Amino acid sequence: MRVELSTTYLGMELRHPIVAGASPLTGNLDSLRRLEQAGVSAVVLPSLFEEQIVQTELQLDALYEYYAGTFAESLTYFPELREYNTGPRDYLKLLKLAKRSLSVPVIASLNGSSPGGWVRFAKQLEDAGADAIELNVYFVPTDPRMSSEEVERRYADLVAFVKNAVSVPVAVKIGAQFSSLCHFARQLADSGADGLVMFNRYLEPDINLNSLQITPHLVLSTRNELRLPLRWIGILRDQTSMSLAASSGIHFPEDAVKLILVGADICMMTSALFKHGVEYVTEMVREVENWLEINDYVSIEQAKGSMSYSNCPDSGQLERANYMKAITSYTPMR
Amino acid sequence: MSEQRYITVDGNEAAAAIAHLTNEVIAIYPITPASPMGELADYCTNRGRKNIFGVVPEVIEMQSEAGAAAVVHGALQTGALATTFTASQGLLLMIPEMFKIAGELTPAVFHIAARTIATHALSIFGDHSDVMSVRSTGWMMLCANSVQQAQDMALIAQAATLESRVPVIHFFDGFRTSHEVNKITPIPEEAVRGMIDVKLVDEHRQRGLNPEHPVLRGSSQNPDVFFQAREAANPFYQAAPAIVQNAMNRFASLTGRSYRNFEYVGSPDARHVIVMMGSGVGAVEEALDHLSAKGEDAGLLVVRLYRPFDAEGFLAALPKSVERIAVLDRTKEPGALGEPLYLDVLAAIAEHDWSAGNGHAACRPDVIGGRYGLSSKEFTPAMALAVYQELRKAAPRRHFTVGIYDDVSQLSLTWDADAIEEPASVTRAVFYGLGSDGTVGANKNSVKIIGEHTDLFAQGYFVYDSKKSGSVTASHLRFSPKPIRSTYLIRKANFVACHQFGLLERLDVLEVAEQGATFLLNSPYSAEEVWDRLPKLTQQQIIEKQLQFYVIDALAIAREAGLGTRINTAMQACFFALAGMLPRDEAIRFIKEATRKTYLRRGESVVERNCLAIDSAVEKMQRVPTPAAVTSEAGMIPALLPSGDEFVDHFTAMVAAGKGDLLPVSAMPLDGTFPTGTARYEKRSIAAEIPVWDSAICTDCGLCAFVCPHTAIRVNAYPETCLDGAPADFASKPFKDKDLAGHRFTVQVAPDDCTGCGVCVDVCPAKSKEVVRHKAINMEPKEPHLARERANFDFFLGLPAVDRTQVKADTVKSSQLLLPLFEFSGACSGCGETPYLKLMSQLFGDRAIIGNATGCSSIYGGNLPTTPWTKNADGRGPAWCNSLFEDVGEFGLGIRLAADHRMQHAQHLLKQVAGRIGDDLVAAILESPQSSESEIAEQRRRVDQLRQRLRGVADLAARDLEDVVDALVRRSVWIVGGDGWAYDIGFGGLDHVLTSGRDVNILVLDTGVYSNTGGQASKATPRAAIAKFAANGKPSRKKDLGMLAVSYGNVYVAQVALAANPVQTLKAFHEAESYRGVSLILAYSQCIAHGIDMSTGMTHQKQVVQSGMWPLYRFDPRIAPEGAHAFRLDSRKPTISFEEFAATEARFAMGMQADPEHAKHLVKLAQKDIDDRWHYYEQMAAIEHQIVANGEAK
Repeated sequence: MRVELSTTYLGMELRHPIVAGASPLTGNLDSLRRLEQAGVSAVVLPSLFEEQIVQTELQLDALYEYYAGTFAESLTYFPELREYNTGPRDYLKLLKLAKRSLSVPVIASLNGSSPGGWVRFAKQLEDAGADAIELNVYFVPTDPRMSSEEVERRYADLVAFVKNAVSVPVAVKIGAQFSSLCHFARQLADSGADGLVMFNRYLEPDINLNSLQITPHLVLSTRNELRLPLRWIGILRDQTSMSLAASSGIHFPEDAVKLILVGADICMMTSALFKHGVEYVTEMVREVENWLEINDYVSIEQAKGSMSYSNCPDSGQLERANYMKAITSYTPMR
Repeated sequence: MSEQRYITVDGNEAAAAIAHLTNEVIAIYPITPASPMGELADYCTNRGRKNIFGVVPEVIEMQSEAGAAAVVHGALQTGALATTFTASQGLLLMIPEMFKIAGELTPAVFHIAARTIATHALSIFGDHSDVMSVRSTGWMMLCANSVQQAQDMALIAQAATLESRVPVIHFFDGFRTSHEVNKITPIPEEAVRGMIDVKLVDEHRQRGLNPEHPVLRGSSQNPDVFFQAREAANPFYQAAPAIVQNAMNRFASLTGRSYRNFEYVGSPDARHVIVMMGSGVGAVEEALDHLSAKGEDAGLLVVRLYRPFDAEGFLAALPKSVERIAVLDRTKEPGALGEPLYLDVLAAIAEHDWSAGNGHAACRPDVIGGRYGLSSKEFTPAMALAVYQELRKAAPRRHFTVGIYDDVSQLSLTWDADAIEEPASVTRAVFYGLGSDGTVGANKNSVKIIGEHTDLFAQGYFVYDSKKSGSVTASHLRFSPKPIRSTYLIRKANFVACHQFGLLERLDVLEVAEQGATFLLNSPYSAEEVWDRLPKLTQQQIIEKQLQFYVIDALAIAREAGLGTRINTAMQACFFALAGMLPRDEAIRFIKEATRKTYLRRGESVVERNCLAIDSAVEKMQRVPTPAAVTSEAGMIPALLPSGDEFVDHFTAMVAAGKGDLLPVSAMPLDGTFPTGTARYEKRSIAAEIPVWDSAICTDCGLCAFVCPHTAIRVNAYPETCLDGAPADFASKPFKDKDLAGHRFTVQVAPDDCTGCGVCVDVCPAKSKEVVRHKAINMEPKEPHLARERANFDFFLGLPAVDRTQVKADTVKSSQLLLPLFEFSGACSGCGETPYLKLMSQLFGDRAIIGNATGCSSIYGGNLPTTPWTKNADGRGPAWCNSLFEDVGEFGLGIRLAADHRMQHAQHLLKQVAGRIGDDLVAAILESPQSSESEIAEQRRRVDQLRQRLRGVADLAARDLEDVVDALVRRSVWIVGGDGWAYDIGFGGLDHVLTSGRDVNILVLDTGVYSNTGGQASKATPRAAIAKFAANGKPSRKKDLGMLAVSYGNVYVAQVALAANPVQTLKAFHEAESYRGVSLILAYSQCIAHGIDMSTGMTHQKQVVQSGMWPLYRFDPRIAPEGAHAFRLDSRKPTISFEEFAATEARFAMGMQADPEHAKHLVKLAQKDIDDRWHYYEQMAAIEHQIVANGEAK
């Protein structure tokens, strides 16, 4: 008997839980088509970065103003071009093309830098046909006067702004470094978030010892990183009705199975697809199905959350953070 | 506002738009002030804009104006409608083709922004000396007097040439018309079509070369028929004036604007008439209005069609009452009986049969001729009035000048500058700003806003100074209910804005303010604080002129809005709020609309930020109550420090202070000769931040001084005893050098000469162990360091120079101990060219003669008021001359030949007097190889000895020898130019020089673009780079000039990038100079037109070498005869891809942003170029050469 693999994410019916997460692999139509052929159930496009758009526009403006109107013989230094291709045009073009060419849902990802920008670009993504929007919210709070509450409030406000502006579902991709992740998740849900993506992986600094310069790096995930979403999805599954997407460290079919068992609605894959090629999706789906079948599960829905905090045999293990000598209970404590 | 449609454009745009609509082939070459016409045509073609025939015209940039004219000639001969745009020397280069085009009766129009021809000096400004130099070519000459006419005459010319088959020079005044922004009525495309007779176009096409019905044109003719053939064209010239007039009439019926070949303005019964053409007409018309208001009769005959000169038409246009005529020419023909228009008028009058009546007064009018307005010299209504006054005199001067004070030939008329006031109904606004703050751009927008949103007429004219860094701009804007004819600067403004607080102590910005005017100041101080911060002169004028004084902290507003230092929109908003030409809300709305229109293509965020600045500025502007008394004692900073040299302190100081107009003829150098060493007196103090040295970290490498584009960082090593009397804060450290053990070492900034470019900090390799970002040299705000560093620099200048003969100058450190003889140029901040010139001056400057091609290096090297070329303590230094753009190769060769000849002459004389001088000394002089610093010094010592001994020799030959004795010291001849010269316009000459075998050193400052004229592509532009005329990225590979030179075998060739490999650069300079044949150094020079942060320019140099785009090599023919490897590849195999490098420079990256697919294709090709070139060079480096020795090298 075949296992029913379908799952629901952000209100969308997906054929199965294996989704291509935001990465350069989802950044061009050719690769998107190959992902679909390999069998992904949805794709998340790479983020549209407002900061990058603004930076490009300001750079362009600065370029044309640099030394312009300074010297009588050279009042300008660059020719005016037919088109500067600033703004989100390329991104929206890709989104429209993806929607036109793919049958699976296309989720757009947005990284804004101003309240106006979040709303404006989210609206444009919706207008361009995005089935859902993933908000890639991240900033490094360096100001010592900014409290963690303020940081969380900023996230929540942004979600509320965007939710007010669009009618498509909105997921929030968050980092794991919040003091009270469950409280924060509830705030986001209260602000209207339809789902959480756990977790974001960031560009992190390194030092070049020859030049003594900081060099940012983004490395592919390792399987070990799976543990963090495993814990938090397991804990949050029982607390929220929001969709939960696992992202980070999903390299093998059993990784996906584990995440589903703790309650993930979908599993977003990136690093493994870089390593093994997009065709690896086919194997992932097949092997997840095999495991469920071998273990007599009839559907994903049946397995989903069956090992969440409330449902697992030893919930304490999910919240344990420090290694302690094993405590054995000899008799029930009263 | 009225229904009539208007546009606000400048003269270049007005003419070029018509040219693009009515032509099929456009060949151009950049030259100021005509370059924007070509650029606009290129832009239209790039945007796919079609001509009236429904096809997008071909636009091609050529290697010179001669090339452009030849392309036009070829296109015309093949039946296309073809045109070009040029000026000045460019037009002169077209002359041979122009004779051909006219001789073949070919319809064509050239559009000319008339500019001064270089004589004793180059000038980019406007007069008619260029167009008057082509009047014998057989072209019609049609003059436009205004921006409106630049458009209208462009079309009339095109229509008339098609019918007459006589080509037309359509010209208007460079800058005054070409760059003046004015509100004009555009010509609808239907009217353009209505003017161009397709039947005539078809006839032209039919005459084109066609193998289907072949003809031969351009034959060689013999004495038997040539003469008659020339005369055969006469009927065409006879018919031409009527054809032009008919075209004007047709134009009037289509547009409502009526013109005549000769147009009379003024009293119908005037006795005194001025005859002239060009933009000065506007000023004369205003003088006529003034006279008419006083009930005085006078007239003006405007010449539109100058050639063919229609004598009958001219006489018919004159009023019958005319008794005296003053002909004004905007050109000078030394030695002629008069200037061209004057002579033509005289001839027309002389040839007329006055006895026959012919509708005219029986009495032949007297004609006098005057020159005015050379090189855009101001020509005002008051000056025109002086001409009328001269005509009224009992015995007017036959020849005169107006606009200058000529105390030598006594030719100038005096004029009362205040004789005519501009009407009160005209808003006259003058804005002072810096080039970098966007003042000019905002003001151009203001003219457009008023011109296109109100019934007011609007005019903008912009004045720039001679510096490329820290330059001051003045914008003159007029707004009037009537069309504006005032073709001169505003003398009395009712609105004055100063966009930079610091200008108040350097410029008398309120001199131009009239009584009761509004004064807007960008001030970091509030209304309460500002008064006591003002210089005394500013306070005095505010009180005396009862100015309405407002302040705004535009910099704070710009920064808050995320616009950095771009204060222009904030200032513009305040202007509109104060000027009252529009209701404030409406004005703000229009500014925002204009802002959106200007910036939207760059992005929404740019629009948003500007709009934010606009709102904030209007809200925060403050009125300053004017105190009753002056409280400030702060004086003005003189433009030039006293030098002790009478000429510099008088002449140069006046020019530097912006008072050059007041200098009389007698003050002028007769032949364009000026002293060097003057930039050091011009303490412009333009840097906000200066480098500050931390001696504790410094490793004495000298790189900071080596790369400093402005010679504002100096190093010196000196005995410790020299520190006696040093300022307390004067920093020094032990010098790490075995040859100068025990010496102290100092890195010193010249705080008032530094431009704050930051290049020194970029290259400094020494970092603090505790704070890694702290280097041995760091940019810090200038003010806290200024007084101390001034004192330190003064002391530093007094330190003894190192003994040149003891310095090997083979390392960066040692080379920088040599005194630079090129300092404090006004080049762009962070310029990539100037460090090479400074290095050359350090190594060889005391014996160098430099021939410098026109371009950036001739502008920052030789544009008045001052020059960076300077002298050492002995008074020796580079002797510098700029001839032209295209000729410096040959010019420099001429210098070499003369230097060699002078040496031979001196040696010949020396041999004659040898017996009386002493054979040993003579032999030593004659045999000295003079190939090292110490040998040069020795030779100088011997020549001094010789000079002394000659005094005791009573002999004619001894006297002759005294005159040429200097020539016994070997001259180092340098030919300097940019890639525009070397790769394009001057390549033919350069190529010949390369084969000459003579001892010249050619330094090509290769920016890969025409930098001085604003970034047009040259053959040195690398593939994929975006430049003007390569807006889609240059499609072709960069020319390999170095290898062309290598192919001759006997040319020393080096390709260098001073920051990438300083020692290789040093070696190349030494080897080139010591080689007694032709040497060519190609020097990579970063430029504004690369689209980089110039403070990191030297890092870009390193990367360009790492990418392989600019491999370093040296080819030394001295090694070749030995069968060795003469070609040495000095850089390593590329370590970064071109794509990686390209992403760091906007010239490449813009393409990737704008059209990623096309850019990727070009980037791929560019990488292939690099790979192929590297492979080729590697093979070259492995070749053992057997080149015949350079026998003829001297």
